[in-house]
Amino acid sequence: MNAMCDDVADEKRSPARRDALSDVTAGTRDTVRSRQHPTVAPYPRPSTSQRAARLLALAVSVFVVAAACSTDPNGPQTIRLVTHDSFLISDGVLEAFETASGHRVERLTGGDAGTMVNQAVLTKGNPIGDVMFGVDTTFLGRALDEGLFEPYESSGLDAVPDALEVSDLVTPIDFGDVCLNYDIAGLAESGIAPPSQLADLTEPPYSGRLVVENPATSSPGLAFLLATVAAFGEEGAYTWQEFWTDLVGNDVIVTSGWEEAYYGEFSGGAGSGSIPIVVSYASSPPAEIIFADPRPAEAPTAVVTSGCFRQVEFAGILAGTEVAPAAGELIDFMLSLEFQEDIPLNMFVFPANQDAALPPEFIEFTQVPEQPLTLDPRVINENRDRWIDEWTQIVLP
Amino acid sequence: MDPDRAAVTSRRNLLLAVPPALFLGAFFVYPVASILALGLGSAEGPGASAFGDAIANGPLLRAAWFTTWQATVSTLLTLIVAFPAAVVFGRYDFPGKAALRAAITVPFVMPTVVVASAFLTLLGPGGPLGVDLRRSVWAILIAHVFYNYAVIVRSVSSALENLDPSLEDAARTLGATRLAAFRRITLPVIMPSVVAAASLVFLFTFTSFGVVLILGGLEFSTLEVAIWRATTQRLDLALAAVIAIVQLVGVSTILVLLSRTQRVRRTEVPLVASPSRVRRPATTGERWTVAGVVGATILFLGVPLAVLVVRSLSFGGRFSLQNYGELATRDPRGLFVPPAESIGNSLSFAIPATILAVGIGLFAAAYLSRESRRLAEAFDTLLMLPLGTSAVTIGFGFLVALDQPVDLRANPAIIPIAHALVAIPIVVRVTTPVMRSIRTRLREAASVLGAPPRSVWRLIDLPIIGRAIAVAAGFAFAVSLGEFGASSFIVRPDRPTLPTAIFRLLGFPGDATYGQAMALATILMVLTGVAVMAIDRFRLGVQADF
Repeated sequence: MNAMCDDVADEKRSPARRDALSDVTAGTRDTVRSRQHPTVAPYPRPSTSQRAARLLALAVSVFVVAAACSTDPNGPQTIRLVTHDSFLISDGVLEAFETASGHRVERLTGGDAGTMVNQAVLTKGNPIGDVMFGVDTTFLGRALDEGLFEPYESSGLDAVPDALEVSDLVTPIDFGDVCLNYDIAGLAESGIAPPSQLADLTEPPYSGRLVVENPATSSPGLAFLLATVAAFGEEGAYTWQEFWTDLVGNDVIVTSGWEEAYYGEFSGGAGSGSIPIVVSYASSPPAEIIFADPRPAEAPTAVVTSGCFRQVEFAGILAGTEVAPAAGELIDFMLSLEFQEDIPLNMFVFPANQDAALPPEFIEFTQVPEQPLTLDPRVINENRDRWIDEWTQIVLP
Repeated sequence: MDPDRAAVTSRRNLLLAVPPALFLGAFFVYPVASILALGLGSAEGPGASAFGDAIANGPLLRAAWFTTWQATVSTLLTLIVAFPAAVVFGRYDFPGKAALRAAITVPFVMPTVVVASAFLTLLGPGGPLGVDLRRSVWAILIAHVFYNYAVIVRSVSSALENLDPSLEDAARTLGATRLAAFRRITLPVIMPSVVAAASLVFLFTFTSFGVVLILGGLEFSTLEVAIWRATTQRLDLALAAVIAIVQLVGVSTILVLLSRTQRVRRTEVPLVASPSRVRRPATTGERWTVAGVVGATILFLGVPLAVLVVRSLSFGGRFSLQNYGELATRDPRGLFVPPAESIGNSLSFAIPATILAVGIGLFAAAYLSRESRRLAEAFDTLLMLPLGTSAVTIGFGFLVALDQPVDLRANPAIIPIAHALVAIPIVVRVTTPVMRSIRTRLREAASVLGAPPRSVWRLIDLPIIGRAIAVAAGFAFAVSLGEFGASSFIVRPDRPTLPTAIFRLLGFPGDATYGQAMALATILMVLTGVAVMAIDRFRLGVQADF
C-alpha cells in the first residue's frame, strides 16, 4: 500500500491545471456544504451500546489495513470511482488518466443503477466514493432530490449536445436505447413481419411472441414500461394501462431479468428459447456480431427502431468528498476523446461527446432509433413506484 | 461435582461464548439493528403505522404466507428425497464414495442464474420430463431439493457413521426386526442431526432469492424478494424494515420450536470415532438398494450440471475447449481482468472465511454442547439468525454501520467476514449435535485422571467430532465459493469472484461470452468438488476407538 502511494507521489503532475480547478470547485463546495448540513442526519445518534459495538468492530478489525494515502488537497489523491456493475472500459484508459494526473483511481461497484443510488443515499455525508458514474435517467431524479452531488461544470460540456444536459449537478457521459429486438429468421419462418411500432404488439400475429422483463426487478424492463408510458400517456383515448391490458390479453411473457428473457426465452442470437421478440438494447445486434467467434457477416437479430426508450448515463461528484478538485479532473477525463471513444465497444452505448469518433463496426451494425422516447427524470422519480405498482396490478391480477 | 466447582465450570463455559458473541455483535446485531432503526425512524409518524400499512398490504401477506409454505414443503421434500442417500452413505461403502460425497456438494455453490438456465432447459416443453414446469411452483421446489440435497445427506450420514453399532446389534439380538431396530433405536439417536440439518434447509429456502425470482416467475414472491425490492429499488426503508422484522420473527419462532424438539430428544449416546459400522453391501438386495440410490442421486444432481458442462464444451456449434482457452485472455471484455483470475480471488476469500467460520463456530458449539440453560438456547437461536436474514438487510446494514471506527464498507476484508457470518450457523448446526452426544462421563473420567481441559478437548472431543468438523468446513468453504453478494455489497470490480465473474459474463449478449460463463461455471464445479474432497480427507485429531 505505502509503496503504491509513494510511486504515485513521485510521478510528474500538472500543478497549474489542478490549482485552477481547485480554486473553482473549492468555492462551490463550501456553498454546497453549508446548504446540506441542516438536512437529515443519516444516522441515529450513537447510544452507549452502539459505541460499545463500534469499539468491538474496531477490536475485531485491527487486522484490516486502512488504505489511507495522502490527504493534502493539492497533492496526488486517491479517487474512489463508484459505478454500477455494468461499467466497463478498456485496459489502460483509466491508467492513462492516472499517469497524466498523478491521481489514483480506485473502482468500486455497488450493484445495478438503482442499488448504487440507494447505497449512496444511505451513505450521504460519509460517501463510499468520490465520483459516481452510471446514474441514469431512471434513477437520476432520486439522486438529485436527495442532494447526492456537488455542482460541477466540466470543461468538456461544450462538446455535449444540450439535449442531454438536465442539471448542473451531473455531467452526461453516454446514452443508449432500450428497444424491441427480434429474431430475423424466427419471424420469417412464421411468415410474420416485424412489428413497426409498440401498438402492433397487441395484434394477433404477435400473440405469445413477445417476452419482456418485470419492471420491478429489471432495468430494461423498467425502461420499456417508461417507453409505453411516454408513448401512450396516462390520459386520453388509449392509455399505457390499456396497452398493457391488451398485451396481457395477447399472452405476453414476463421474466424477472434480462438474462432470463434474452438467453432463456428469446429464440434469436445467443438465446435458446422459442420467443422471437424480446425487450433488449439497440446495441444487442452489434454485440451478437462483435462477441461471436467467428463473426457472422450479418446479425441474426435486429432492432425495431420505433418505441425505444433513451437512457442517459451521468457522472457526478458525491457531496462530502474530500478530493473534489481531483474528482472534477476525473469527470473532465470521462468527457475526453480518449475515454469517450472507448465507450461504444465496452458498454455498447453512444458517447455523449459528439466529437468522439465511433468505431467502424459500431457504425456498421448499429441501427439508430428514430425519435427515441424519453421522460423527465423528476417526473419518473415522482411516479416510478406508482407506475410499477399499477403495472403489477395489470399483469398480475 | 460440588456447587463451587459447578459455578467455576459454568463461568469457564461462558468464556467459550465470548468470541462468537463479539463477532456476531459487531457484524450482525449492530449492522442489522442500525438499518432497522434507520428504516423505522424514517417512517412518517410512529413506527406502529408502518406496521399497520404493511399488514394492510395484501401482496405482502401473500408473500409471507408463500415464503413459509414453500420453505416448509421444500424442507420436507428434501428430507424425503435425500434420506435414502443419507442412510446409504452412512451405512455402506461403495466404489467412488468419497468422490460422490464431495460431488453432491457442488449444486450447493452453483450460482442461481446458471442453474436456472439448466433447469429452464430440462423443465421446458422440450425437456426429458416432457412437461412444461417453467414458472410453476414445482420448478421452485425441485430446485430447492437440488440445492439442499447435500445438507441432509452429509450431516445425517456423518451422524450414522458415528453411531455405535452395538446398540442396534443388541436390539437385533433381542429379536427386533431390522426396520424396528432402525426406527426405535437408530432414528431417535440421529434425530438431533436430522432436525439440525432440516432447520438449515428451512433457513436456506426461507430466504431463497434467485430461485424464486428466476424460476418462479411473477406469481411467486417471497419476503426476501420484497425486502430486496423495497431496499434496492424503491428505497422504502420503513417497509423494508417491517418486512425484515417479520422475517426475523418468523425465523426465530421456527428456530425456537425446533430447539424445543431437540431438547426433548437430547440423550447422551455412545458415539465412536471410527466408522466401524460402514461396510460393503453384503446381500443382493443391499447391492441393488445401494446401486439404485447412488444411481438416482447421480441422475438427479448430475443431469442439470451436465447440461452446463456440455454447453461449456460447445464453441460455434462444435465440440471445443476454446471457451476455456478464452478465459485466460481479457477478451471479450466482460470483466476488468482475465476471467481466470477470479479463481484465485475466490480461493483467497474462501480460505480465511472457512478458518474464521470453523474457529468461531467451534467455540459456539463447545459452549452450546456444555450448557442447556435458557441463555444457551437464546444464544443458539441468535447464532442461526444470519442465515434467516435477508442478504440485503445485512449488506445495507454494513453500509450504514461499518463506516467507523475503521471504514470497512469497501474494504476487501468485509467479504470473508460476510461469508463467515453465513457459514457459522452451518458449522454450529453440524458440530453441536455430535459434541452434545459425547458422554460427560468420558470427559469427567479424563479430568479425574488429571487431564487439563485442553487435553480433554484434544483427546476426547476432537477425535469424535473430527468428522463433523470436516463436514462443516467443507460446507463453509462451499458457502464462500458460491456466495453471490454483489447485489448488496460494495465490491471491487478488479477482484471478481467466480460467481460475480459468471454473472458479469452473462450480462453481455453473444454466444462466446455465454460459453465462457458456462466454462467458468464448470471450473467452479470442479474446484468445489476437489476442495470439499480434500477437506473431507483432512481429519482433525487422532483416530481412536473407545
